[in-house]
Amino acid sequence: MNLDWNFIIKYAPLYVEAAKLTVFIAFWGILLAFAVGVLCSAALYYKVPVLRRIIQAYVELSRNTPLLVQLFFLYFGLPNIGIVLSGEACAMIGIAFLGGSYMTETLRSGLESIDKIQEESAASLGFNKWFTMKEIIFPQAMAVSVPGICANVIFLIKETSVVSGIALADLMYVAKDLIGLYYKTDEALTMLVISYLMILLPVSAAATILERRLRHAGFGN
Amino acid sequence: MADEDRIMLEIAGLKKKFGEDVILDGVDLTINKGEVVVMLGSSGCGKSTLLRCINGLESFDKGSIRIDGEEIVSGSKALPRLRQKIGMVFQSYDLFPHRNILDNITLAPVKVQKRAKEDARAQAEQLLRRVGLWEKRKAYPRELSGGQKQRVAIVRALCMNPEIMLFDEVTAALDPEMVREVLDVMLELAQGGMTMLIVTHEMGFARAVADRIVFLDEGKLLENLPAETFFNNPSTQRAKDFLQTFEFKKTLTDERKDQLS
Ligand SMILES: Nc1ncnc2c1ncn2[C@@H]1O[C@H](COP(=O)(O)OP(=O)(O)OP(=O)(O)O)[C@@H](O)[C@H]1O
Ligand SMILES: [Mg+2]
Repeated sequence: MNLDWNFIIKYAPLYVEAAKLTVFIAFWGILLAFAVGVLCSAALYYKVPVLRRIIQAYVELSRNTPLLVQLFFLYFGLPNIGIVLSGEACAMIGIAFLGGSYMTETLRSGLESIDKIQEESAASLGFNKWFTMKEIIFPQAMAVSVPGICANVIFLIKETSVVSGIALADLMYVAKDLIGLYYKTDEALTMLVISYLMILLPVSAAATILERRLRHAGFGN
Repeated sequence: MADEDRIMLEIAGLKKKFGEDVILDGVDLTINKGEVVVMLGSSGCGKSTLLRCINGLESFDKGSIRIDGEEIVSGSKALPRLRQKIGMVFQSYDLFPHRNILDNITLAPVKVQKRAKEDARAQAEQLLRRVGLWEKRKAYPRELSGGQKQRVAIVRALCMNPEIMLFDEVTAALDPEMVREVLDVMLELAQGGMTMLIVTHEMGFARAVADRIVFLDEGKLLENLPAETFFNNPSTQRAKDFLQTFEFKKTLTDERKDQLS
């Protein structure tokens, strides 16, 4: 492959800017998704009536519709009922909406894997429900859930490539733009791949270290 | 002292059903302060259920349970506070696996009772030294043997300064060589004047530790006698049969020991 290095050097700053947007959307979207997951999984764990059904419906809806469709709904659909959100806001909410269901399922199975006796022995020491969850159940469930959460994070970072569909200048958008303008397909795609790798490889490495630490030095059996 | 002041635990007409099955069928039991009561009964007769009702882990259908004069109602607002008066140790190891031994013990005193950290640690140290496990304070539960875990579980309950301790077959899951170290801790507690309700299948221990024996059979308390009277002269046939199966088992193990030596 014969790459045009002048082209690459000239447009690299564009990728840097786009990567910043990708990371920005991924970071806040995933953080929100995690918060959604914590709340929803706790509600499922405690079998809160009604809310539990609503969450189950949300999980099904979120997991069985493409992110792009969710984004279109937020970006083009909501203005019809008077809610106008910026592209960035739509992207973050979209990632949170999609990721929230994945995080919910991962955390729920973590919570359910903790032996009932843990809750009972905490209760018999006088812990209330909130403290039992915060100090006893949740930390243990997190340790169980870490591999799943890491997988979700990586999946969601990759999913952000869809936000170019609502005209956000993320990595995917820049690459498509350059190809459209200059037909430098090889260069544009090479830079795209490298950009994603530079974001994802460190995340993957961190996930591996985290998982290994939990497995070896971990407290669980 | 007036009578009511001496009573630690008062159970009256306790009835508990799981679905259609009647598990506890009108249990009356009173335990005075400083008394050590051992509850015996064959497997499935409702011993664990009774203990779980006492500290509100299980709701019940009829009757009442009072701890130090205050009524236990499952799910009530007062329950977390009342539970601090009741120390419970379960059969399965129930330490918190993500916290080290010292944290396991001081978590509740600090977070629930809002005691100063130093104060809780000082008491934990004193108790851990008493059961010979101070060296293990930084270890995690999975690094301990079963017997050590149960001793920590006892210490954890004691560090809340409970007024009564409930033990549910705490040695049943242990290897034989570890049973002794746990029972010794309980014996020492009893001699120290702690009010205790103990479920065990260790007859020798029951005899040594108990002021009183209660015998539960099919959800009914059939016997409630001083320990010596119960072992020498139980009043019901069911209790006699129960003791006989243990005699039989004991003879078998003794014979096996003889053969081995
Ligand atoms: N959560 C539950 N749901 C339905 N039935 C239960 C439940 N817990 C216990 N039981 C039933 O209640 C009865 C009494 O159980 P319990 O655990 O109190 O017996 P136990 O005297 O402690 O027996 P063991 O000596 O084997 O520990 C048993 O028949 C058991 O099957
Ligand atoms: Mg039992």
